[in-house]
Amino acid sequence: MAAPASREGEFTVDGVPVRAGGPADAVAGVVPRWVALPGSTTEVAAVLRAAAARDLAVLPAGGRATLHWGPPPERCDLLLDTGRLDRVLEHAAGDLVARTQAGVPMAALAATLAGAGQELALDVPVPGATVGGTLAGGLAGPRRLRYGTARDLLIGVTVVLADGTVARSGGKVVKNVAGYDLGKLFTGSHGTLGVIAEATFRLHPLPAGRAFVTVTVPDPAALPGLAAVAASPAEPSAVELELPDLSGPATLAVLVEGVAAAERAEVLRRALGPRAAIGTRAPAWWGRPPDGGHLLELRVPPAAVRPALAAIGAAAGDLPVAVRGSACVAVLYLALPGDVPPAAAAAFVAAARAAVAPLGGRLPVVAAPPAAAAGLDMLGPVGAAALMRRVKDRFDPEGRMAPGRLLPAAGGTTGGPWTPS
Amino acid sequence: MIAAGLADRLAAITGPDGLITDPVRLRTYECDGLTYHRATPAVVVLPETAEQVAAVVRACHRAGVPFVARGAGTGLSGGALPRADGVLVVTSRLRRVLSVEPENRRAVVEPGVTNLAITEAAAPYGLYYAPDPSSRQVCTIGGNVAENSGGAHCLKYGFTVNHVLAVELVTPEGEIVWLDTMDPGYDLLGAFIGSEGTLGIATKIIVRLTPEPEAVTTLLAAFPDVESGGRAVSAVIAAGIVPAAIEMMDALAIEAAEAAVRCGYPAGAGAVLIVELDGPAAQVVAEHERVVALCRESDAFELRVAEDPALRAAIWRGRRAAFAAVGRISPAYLVQDGVVPRTALPEVLAGIEALSARYGVRVANVFHAGDGNLHPLVLFDDGEPGAGARAEAVSAEILDLCLAHGGSITGEHGVGVDKARHMPKMFGAADLDTMQLLRCAFDPAGLANPGKIFPTPRLCGEVPGVRRAPHPLVASGEAELF
Repeated sequence: MAAPASREGEFTVDGVPVRAGGPADAVAGVVPRWVALPGSTTEVAAVLRAAAARDLAVLPAGGRATLHWGPPPERCDLLLDTGRLDRVLEHAAGDLVARTQAGVPMAALAATLAGAGQELALDVPVPGATVGGTLAGGLAGPRRLRYGTARDLLIGVTVVLADGTVARSGGKVVKNVAGYDLGKLFTGSHGTLGVIAEATFRLHPLPAGRAFVTVTVPDPAALPGLAAVAASPAEPSAVELELPDLSGPATLAVLVEGVAAAERAEVLRRALGPRAAIGTRAPAWWGRPPDGGHLLELRVPPAAVRPALAAIGAAAGDLPVAVRGSACVAVLYLALPGDVPPAAAAAFVAAARAAVAPLGGRLPVVAAPPAAAAGLDMLGPVGAAALMRRVKDRFDPEGRMAPGRLLPAAGGTTGGPWTPS
Repeated sequence: MIAAGLADRLAAITGPDGLITDPVRLRTYECDGLTYHRATPAVVVLPETAEQVAAVVRACHRAGVPFVARGAGTGLSGGALPRADGVLVVTSRLRRVLSVEPENRRAVVEPGVTNLAITEAAAPYGLYYAPDPSSRQVCTIGGNVAENSGGAHCLKYGFTVNHVLAVELVTPEGEIVWLDTMDPGYDLLGAFIGSEGTLGIATKIIVRLTPEPEAVTTLLAAFPDVESGGRAVSAVIAAGIVPAAIEMMDALAIEAAEAAVRCGYPAGAGAVLIVELDGPAAQVVAEHERVVALCRESDAFELRVAEDPALRAAIWRGRRAAFAAVGRISPAYLVQDGVVPRTALPEVLAGIEALSARYGVRVANVFHAGDGNLHPLVLFDDGEPGAGARAEAVSAEILDLCLAHGGSITGEHGVGVDKARHMPKMFGAADLDTMQLLRCAFDPAGLANPGKIFPTPRLCGEVPGVRRAPHPLVASGEAELF
């Protein structure tokens, strides 16, 4: 099946360019043996059929913006690079819908849509992310408060399974309940169920105006009440909290978008107290995870944000913990420096999880240095762990899609993150 | 019929009071809102707790007997159609609002609670539950979750799936698990919502509550014809406005609503448009002026504005009553639920008119114009031989028309038993087989609401052999595989 190599290490398989993997392709320290570059959904299927015939473990990759997040892949024979799947296939502006290939960078999609005064209202926390990577990684940003996350904006998807089966669900109309929604299932699946090849989104008009209201207080305890901000008649699109250190000064930044943004921002400024100020630009840290080699995601019921942060502070002891994220949705990133010894990081994760559990919280580890990731239970307890494993086994019975990611590889470690606690 | 042994086991779970076997009483449950499909269930159970639901499902699973869940039975696609050889699990006794947590903007409810009751429980805190199907006074949240119900306001606010935070699920094997948006891992909750009872039964639901908007205005605009109303809708969307709702009714639908509820819509209208704007007061005022201007430019000949709840209710009365109202002008009718890209509406409406003329069958149109979700009401006289078949043919061809324009066979009523045969027109065999991998993961025995959604069940079999280790050649790094 292999064609003769045209250059050293380069050849085609069923017409799809394949090259040898190199150090620049390493994923969390694991170098793939090959990198395939399909240019269409049909070619993605051809690559996956070829991989199936040869029993290769496959890791889909887009802009590689967050590919190093998560544990090192258990096996990675073939990196499926979506870089050539780079076309926006359809922008039906009158229908507020766009269909795109998975390898399109989110920034390129935004530029295309802005031409018609529209946007995909999904903030990307890491520059360079593609449509497919954003979906597979379940990435979202500040405006999830108003627009939801990828699951709320994705209306159709084309996926390719490990055996090369091409399957579609949803469509290109916003309102549609025909059949199961595979888009929901693949959003946040980290490549473990198959490859996302195409996606169709509902769009929003670009907001007519925007304004930021920010307030910094010396102590997190002095922050204004979050519930009142969330329920404000000014209807903010985002409410972000920034705490460079758990005990230090805290900043709350609120985004108001749309018609009469300035008037509505003024309503919020009054509500946030005398220190609050209105500006037109986002703070420099807006929408990015805090720096640090260990990145965790705190998810709690909204009323539990403050007690959870207090409990995490107690669990952290002397470790420096930075916090940033969506305060009113109650999804916040926590960051620890990468040079925290693995044992100390693992002890913090365990203690912090135990502290937020009584508050109804979850604390998955999003990213960790490869040396630390091996010893961490990345996800923590999951309510439907057994069902999730059954889904994985049905979609990828040979366990060749992104083994070691999200789920432990089939038949691999016992007592891993997907064992019910 | 089912084995007497199973009926005894069920009675032991729910108590004799929670089991119906009397043939006359069973007939009450023979259909849901789609009345031309009927089947009398072998037994009906009325559990009062999640544990009882789980025990019932375990008993069914052990006996290999299918089961169907039912809420209020208002569904319009036969999703709750019972099985003559199965158990019907009715959730009407699971109707407690377990908690309302304004500080978390959420409520925890049992599946038998009605959609409107959630909003009523939240109202004292200035909150409400956003999805609002027309049947919200009687339909249950459990049914809404099964069908991923929409409503008039989903243009801006989304569907059930966008407002459910977690579900306690009884799996088709009778285990109780929580699917929770806060949990890391696969979004099984997103996949479960809208699965029409084929992946298990929800026994508790945590819903998101939404703050009531500061301002609401409702505009009723009358147009000489559907085309000019359609132009107004396009103009509003093109202006970058996302109304809470944009609803349209054509002349025949208006006539029916008038006969039923005397809604007093402007005389002589070929179409009426209801445009509701909500949000911050400053925004609503600005957008309202814009919408009024755009309607006038599109030849609206009468505009009425409601700024208080009583007037708003008066405007909505005709729209909410529309389906049932058609009963006043026709002995029988079919309710269709198709979707098209919004910009294809004029062509599709013209196509429906042509179908109506070709078959000599009247069609009244009610639709969510903002998102292209059509509800054509196909009128017929069930006393006239062949009329029902002709109406069925028109109804089916309307779906073909929707699909030809890149749309969907259902926007909010679900596939159920009614539209399973249309699924292969919208999806290929590989699509349907892949969807059913999910079914196999949840319900390998295929006992949860079988016969719904999918025209051909996929046989699940055992999970194929799961390899325990990398291929030896790959592990050794020696294989020249390509």
